[in-house]
Amino acid sequence: MKALVLLSSLGVIALLAEIFSFKKLVYPIVIIGLITTFIFNAFDWGTDVTYFGMMRYDDYAVAFSSVLIGVAVLWFFMAEGFFKEESNMTDYFSLILFSLAGAVIMVSYSNMAMLFLGIEILSIPMYVLAGSKKEDVLSNEAGFKYLIMGAFATGFLLFGIALIYGATASFDIVEIAQVVSVGGVSSIFYVGLLLMLVGMAFKVSAAPFHFWAPDVYQGAPTSVTAYMATIVKTAAFAAFLRLFYTSFQGSAGTWTNIVVIMAGLTLLVGNITAVLQTSTKRMLAYSSVAHTGYMLLGLVALNGFSQSSILMYALAYSIGSITSFGVLIYVAKARGGDAVDSFNGLAKTNPFLAFVMTVALLSLAGIPPTAGFFAKYYIFTAAFQAGYPWLVLIAILASLIGVYYYFRIIIAMYFKHNNNETVIEVSMNHKLLFFITVLLTIALGLMPDFVIGLL
Amino acid sequence: MITLLLIFFPLVAALMLLMVKGEQVKKIALGVAIVEFAISMVAVFQFQKNASTQFELNYTWIKSMGINFHVGMDGISLLLVLLTTFLVPIIILTSFNKQYKNPSVFYSLILAMQFALVGVFVSLDGFLFYIFWELALIPIYFICLLWGGDDRARITFKFFVYTLAGSLLMLAGLIYLYQFTPNKTFDIAALYAAGQSLDVVHQGYVFWAMFMAFAIKMPVFPFHTWQPDTYTTAPTQGTMLLSGIMLKMGTYGVIRWLLPIAPLGVEHWAHLAITLAVIGILYASTIAIVQKDFKRLIAYSSIAHVGLIAAGILAGNVQGVQGSMVQMLSHGVNVVGLFFIVDLIQSRTNTREIHSLGGIRNVNPQFAVLFLIVLLGSVALPLTNGFVGEFLLLNGVYQYSAWMAAFAGVSVILGAVYMLRSYQSIMLGETNSLTSSFAPLTSNEKVVLITICVAIIAFGVYPKPLLDIAEPSVIKLVEGFKLAIGK
Repeated sequence: MKALVLLSSLGVIALLAEIFSFKKLVYPIVIIGLITTFIFNAFDWGTDVTYFGMMRYDDYAVAFSSVLIGVAVLWFFMAEGFFKEESNMTDYFSLILFSLAGAVIMVSYSNMAMLFLGIEILSIPMYVLAGSKKEDVLSNEAGFKYLIMGAFATGFLLFGIALIYGATASFDIVEIAQVVSVGGVSSIFYVGLLLMLVGMAFKVSAAPFHFWAPDVYQGAPTSVTAYMATIVKTAAFAAFLRLFYTSFQGSAGTWTNIVVIMAGLTLLVGNITAVLQTSTKRMLAYSSVAHTGYMLLGLVALNGFSQSSILMYALAYSIGSITSFGVLIYVAKARGGDAVDSFNGLAKTNPFLAFVMTVALLSLAGIPPTAGFFAKYYIFTAAFQAGYPWLVLIAILASLIGVYYYFRIIIAMYFKHNNNETVIEVSMNHKLLFFITVLLTIALGLMPDFVIGLL
Repeated sequence: MITLLLIFFPLVAALMLLMVKGEQVKKIALGVAIVEFAISMVAVFQFQKNASTQFELNYTWIKSMGINFHVGMDGISLLLVLLTTFLVPIIILTSFNKQYKNPSVFYSLILAMQFALVGVFVSLDGFLFYIFWELALIPIYFICLLWGGDDRARITFKFFVYTLAGSLLMLAGLIYLYQFTPNKTFDIAALYAAGQSLDVVHQGYVFWAMFMAFAIKMPVFPFHTWQPDTYTTAPTQGTMLLSGIMLKMGTYGVIRWLLPIAPLGVEHWAHLAITLAVIGILYASTIAIVQKDFKRLIAYSSIAHVGLIAAGILAGNVQGVQGSMVQMLSHGVNVVGLFFIVDLIQSRTNTREIHSLGGIRNVNPQFAVLFLIVLLGSVALPLTNGFVGEFLLLNGVYQYSAWMAAFAGVSVILGAVYMLRSYQSIMLGETNSLTSSFAPLTSNEKVVLITICVAIIAFGVYPKPLLDIAEPSVIKLVEGFKLAIGK
């Protein structure tokens, strides 16, 4: 709860900065504020407080919100370029902070109404930010597409919530589970469940509801894409898991097969289309869809491993994404374009940047000793234990396809030559950020118990 | 303690080497490798010749998954660690006459690879084994990518993905077994128990899952297509690491992680697997005969040799497994020698084409003698180390099936054909314009070749010290295997 209050206050402070003219101070204030929020959030560990039956701040909520806030701190470091160049940047600060507050609500809700509220608070600032590059046609398209598809998805979700309320007479996720376990619940419950499934699947960009993701990710400014790929996805998945783990576990027979098929489709569609991309940004967008597929495996498992495996995967994948998007921003700006060719010869001009990118890509591909490897391995174990060996085999096949497009960049960096041999200037802050992310990736790869043992 | 040193000393040295610049890098790397060899010799002297696991260490690592940092050496592991620590200084020494770009990265990668290789051979926890197995892939990938020959991006990438596919299947097999372990752990004893508790059909699944990884690594026909291109395009030191040590990871895996885990599966599928191995032997030997590039010829000969090793292990008797231990060491030494000879020839005449060379013997008789000794070791002439291994292996395969042994035995003859023909074409006959200026051997090169030749002859004449180290463990393993299949 402290996290929510602090984040909202930070957002308001950012808004006030415009009025009271302390724009220059906003950036450091926000960073310090976020770190403070992280610390206060950690103090909530072990307590299990329910607020008015609406929000329940249990260990799950604390763990996921820590991940969200931690990744947000990394993101703010990475995105300093985004904020420096804009005229109304305080608006952007507050939009991001409010969106983060929505994310925190999404991981700690105990009532369907709060789920809806959290999703909207998370998404509406993102609609604005995706379309924030006003002169760019692609950005406008992204914003518009995201708005329409997002509203559509929320419509499904609301309809589902309404039907479930009709069947169970409750919005509380625990009560719903109890009503269902008693038995004899009307069949509109199942319709509502499926509608909610569709709505959540939209939000996490699972196939076949993923079509908006590549266009929106590509059109949005790269920093915003990084935010969407990491924080929005983590929050959406946490909400998805919280809902289905708590309320719908009893009715698993209805929806697990659907999610299994969705997972398989997402894995294959995401990975195979990523191979065909020439734009690195779009490739990372499709790979983001593929990562959703892996996380869906953890969802389907519905056993003791589910929560910690999704937590670990979200963390490993977010760190890897922040790094790769961060390097992409530099390369795209310096080399004029984000085709894979822009990475040619990067190892010669910027060996540190190339090394950082390599570690991030190895983590995303799932090669030891990185965090991404343990995350993937843990997800596979969860799925195996739940009795889905074929799904694990498809996931392994998908991993191999993933190696292909991630390694294309590594090969370009180390092996191919570039006529343009200018060294890219990397700011000190960013060097520090990349150093920290590499350290985190390898540390989590060597001691994953720290995260896995949490839930 | 010694085990920890053996594993981590090369890694620490590799990281520190990255910061050294200039000419001393080579010498420091060689020094580190020789120290590592000395440490392993200490372990050999302290080793008690029985079947127990010695120098054991067991630290809790990831409690929630039952993964421990459990390492230790029995006779089998010790011999392979010895091979690794013996070959790496030789491999580093072979690079002394060359100037590689970015030498600190190059030697650092070689030492990093030694770290991973030793780790594979001493792991006693399934997950740890898997991690070291994968870790070994990254340095060799970069060595081949950055210092290799033509078309290396595509070829090394094929190698990487192919090996990774096998490794991921092995991971799936390990996870599957993990579910059946008594207290949800990856410890080797627990995995053995889990595997043996399954029925034939499920052991068969586990067999194929794990065998795929090993079959791709060795390689065994028909999973060998990555090998000739990769060996040919890799820099000489890369090829030596691949053929001298890395492929032994595959054969070691079959001995340590396949026979005891899925004995019924092995028994059920051995016939098919041995057939594939023997087909590979004949296939590779035949192709080797028509090769024009000497390096590619040796690559194919390596497939043939490893096919026999695989067949011997899968036959599941003491001679087969013991023969495979000896042959792993012999092949390692011989093949490093052969690839070094290719490198010598290429650096002096700028070609590896067998038919365009000739008469080097007239110019450099020393080299001719040393080349012949290494070659005879590879052809398995009695009194060379190759003979001991091949003989035991053929004996082991014969006990399984006389026909298989007959086919495998043909490989010895075919090996003589392509090797001796190449020697004749390269070294004997008329000296031509390419070879007339064949420079004399430098002292570094002499040291390498003489060391290898001494090893070939010494262990060919008196292999007992090596055999004795591994024999108790091999007997224990094979007896366990026979018990599990109910013989």
